[in-house]
Amino acid sequence: MESYIKGTAMISPQRTFEDKGFPEEVINYTGADYLGCIEPSYRDYIDPMVARRMSRIVKMGVCAAIRCMKNSNVEMPDAVLAGTGLGCLEDTEKFLGSIFNNAEKLLNPTPFIQSTHNTVAAAIALAIKCHNYNATYTHRGFSFESAIQDALLQLAEKPEANILTGGFDELTVNSYHITKRLGMWKNHPVTSLRLKEYNTRGSLPGEGTAFFMLSGIHGSHDIAALKAMRTFYKPRDHHEIENHLDQLLGEAGVHLHDVSLMMLGVNGDPSTDSMYYRLMSDRCNRLPGAYFKHLCGEYDTASSFALWLSAILLKNQVIPESIGLTGNLPGVLDNIVIYNHLRGSYHAMYLLSRC
Amino acid sequence: MEQLIDKLKHEIIGVLNLSEMTPADIDENAPLFIEGLGLDSIDALELIVLLEKNYGLKLGTAEEGKRVLHSVRSMAEFITSNKKG
Amino acid sequence: MQHKVVVTGIGIISAIGFDTKGVMDSLQAQRSGIGRLSLIDSVYKDEIPVAEIKATNDELLQIADPGITGNYSRTSLLGIIAARQAIAAARIDVSAPGRTGLISATTVGGMDRSEIFYRGYLSGSGKARLRDVVTHDCGDSTEKIADCTGIRDYITTINTACSSSANAIMVGARLIREGKLDRVVAGGTDALTLFTLNGFNSLMILDRNPCRPFDEDRNGLNLGEGSGFLVLESEEFACRENKNVLGVIKGYGNACDAYHQTASSPEGHGACLSMLKALEVAGLAPDAISYINAHGTGTKNNDLSEGVALETVFQAGIPHCSSTKSYTGHTLGAAGGIEAVLSIIALQHQWIYPNLNFARPMNELGFVPVTAFVTGIPVNCIMSNSFGFGGNNSTLIFSRY
Repeated sequence: MESYIKGTAMISPQRTFEDKGFPEEVINYTGADYLGCIEPSYRDYIDPMVARRMSRIVKMGVCAAIRCMKNSNVEMPDAVLAGTGLGCLEDTEKFLGSIFNNAEKLLNPTPFIQSTHNTVAAAIALAIKCHNYNATYTHRGFSFESAIQDALLQLAEKPEANILTGGFDELTVNSYHITKRLGMWKNHPVTSLRLKEYNTRGSLPGEGTAFFMLSGIHGSHDIAALKAMRTFYKPRDHHEIENHLDQLLGEAGVHLHDVSLMMLGVNGDPSTDSMYYRLMSDRCNRLPGAYFKHLCGEYDTASSFALWLSAILLKNQVIPESIGLTGNLPGVLDNIVIYNHLRGSYHAMYLLSRC
Repeated sequence: MEQLIDKLKHEIIGVLNLSEMTPADIDENAPLFIEGLGLDSIDALELIVLLEKNYGLKLGTAEEGKRVLHSVRSMAEFITSNKKG
Repeated sequence: MQHKVVVTGIGIISAIGFDTKGVMDSLQAQRSGIGRLSLIDSVYKDEIPVAEIKATNDELLQIADPGITGNYSRTSLLGIIAARQAIAAARIDVSAPGRTGLISATTVGGMDRSEIFYRGYLSGSGKARLRDVVTHDCGDSTEKIADCTGIRDYITTINTACSSSANAIMVGARLIREGKLDRVVAGGTDALTLFTLNGFNSLMILDRNPCRPFDEDRNGLNLGEGSGFLVLESEEFACRENKNVLGVIKGYGNACDAYHQTASSPEGHGACLSMLKALEVAGLAPDAISYINAHGTGTKNNDLSEGVALETVFQAGIPHCSSTKSYTGHTLGAAGGIEAVLSIIALQHQWIYPNLNFARPMNELGFVPVTAFVTGIPVNCIMSNSFGFGGNNSTLIFSRY
């Protein structure tokens, strides 16, 4: 079913929280091992007596949620949904460290309480006293999509509802080092705006927090329409990927030649980027391609950045050169297909339209 | 006693992450919970850990806990009266 | 068109049994699984009772027999065991026509192995094997279950603390109801870990004796571990394949207490809301409920909050009510799934479970839980509550087919 994005908020390694559409100046991180978020002024959104217990990820989540509600003109959402791959890592690490350092004695409870994955969605509900449906999904590259799927289910049940839906993941020093040892990141410093040019293994880690207000009823100030979304797991070959694209478009009655732009999750790792380039050369060779992970980095819920970006591009009809990947960027945007995968296993496609 | 009260205030600010506050902002005679600083049950647990970690003192019952943790002064008095030697 | 959602299979592993039969024997014999911690090296080994499954990870691996070499956390092994039982009981063939989903839930994920990794990693000793940390995230156990059962169409994991697997069942039911999937394997899994043992101990809510839900002298919960899964199908699909229907997902409700990070509101506001929502979805009045499987952890806070909420919702009188956590311990993310399986068993056999270790009624409440194993009275509709930290409150209603 079709749903509408009434408002959004994005905290990322770019100046995206300033709500001026796409940032006027894109930050190019040189010599970067990772991309870290530009954090807002938390005291503008959260009472210090409440914020004192919150880790970075929880503060970012609450801020983005409150800002999204303000941007959507919604005081009380009908549900709060969240997706996160790794949850509240900082507090998990803190509590674990304390167990070992203190031989299990006299442990401070606060980091344990804050470590559960649902802390962000719960903190949002607490901040706005929302007693409505509340859920957190945590399944790797499907975490954000699962939250969106639940939101669409809510809207199928009640189209006039306003569903606050978010995706977030944080990077900590420890998680960076551990995932580096697992071979996920490049072995050399990266210039972020040149991410697509590297032919070396691995990608660039990032983080971010995005929130959206989804509704089943079209309003005059809506940012974009979410016409379809699908996920698929470990596709057998490129034919299966093409089939999913066909089904995504078919569901919404949109033809391939009506797609203005393909927004791709190219992350600079040639071994997995090949799936995107193959799709572009085989099925989508007439379509321009753009990418986004040079702006936000790679993380489990990075597709939420792509959704934010695609939505504001459709709203503002201004397409920055810095996102160009293949072909010539179009002058007008009517429909954007987002195609993203995590490590070649968790694939998601979205069809977003101007409204 | 005043020295201990001041030390306690610093420790409380640290362990409860009251980074916006200074010791001067805490009235040692005011209630810590519900009114005054408005601390909650998690803060109570943190203060219990503080008493045991920094002063080697364990609270016996919930009732004793309520009395001892009433204010900074009651905490200081508990520490003083239970000091060994 | 909304589809009726039926239950065609159940699977369970817990401290009171390695499968449905084992669990049923313990339930009837009123044999609790709470005892001494033996498999985790903790300073609290002799002090804090837990409901531990008496099998090492190697033994669980033999039982799970995943057929794929890999790194398996204890959580994923428990999940594979229970999910496979449920799939076999429902005679599911994932390669046959039909869209099949897997919705699992966990709070600790692979922490049983990650904590081994982190001990070495954080100390800088160099004794930290990467293979112990690759199973850390919540999605890992779900993926392991998906890979060895062949489910591909829709896979996800929920973590809403202690209400996680109740929410997994709820989402599975909603997806079938709206025609998005034909069948869903839904439930959850959690293993005992040093992390949760110390976490709950730091909150001072672990009883040093076997827990006493709804008792005036209750003193906290006992942690447990295990996994419980249901196979949910659309009625149409189940009938087409001549399945044995064990029960119906009649209603469900999810609400947020939004009172405090860990404590429940004194009046049980969120709990009231989730129960009322579930009744509304079910189209039932409170007096239609035959038995309530309460969240009933044995903590001062939960049992009071839940008790008050029960009296608010069931104003004309509370039906038979008990907590089975005095049997299974509090299995955190798996609790909703395990208690859903117990509810389906109760519907099938017309049982009502006793609330073990109960002696003194709570001063604030006007009801007492069931203390005997009851048979011979009609059990048509069961309400199951699962309430988590963060105020995530969920309620499921199961009915006879």
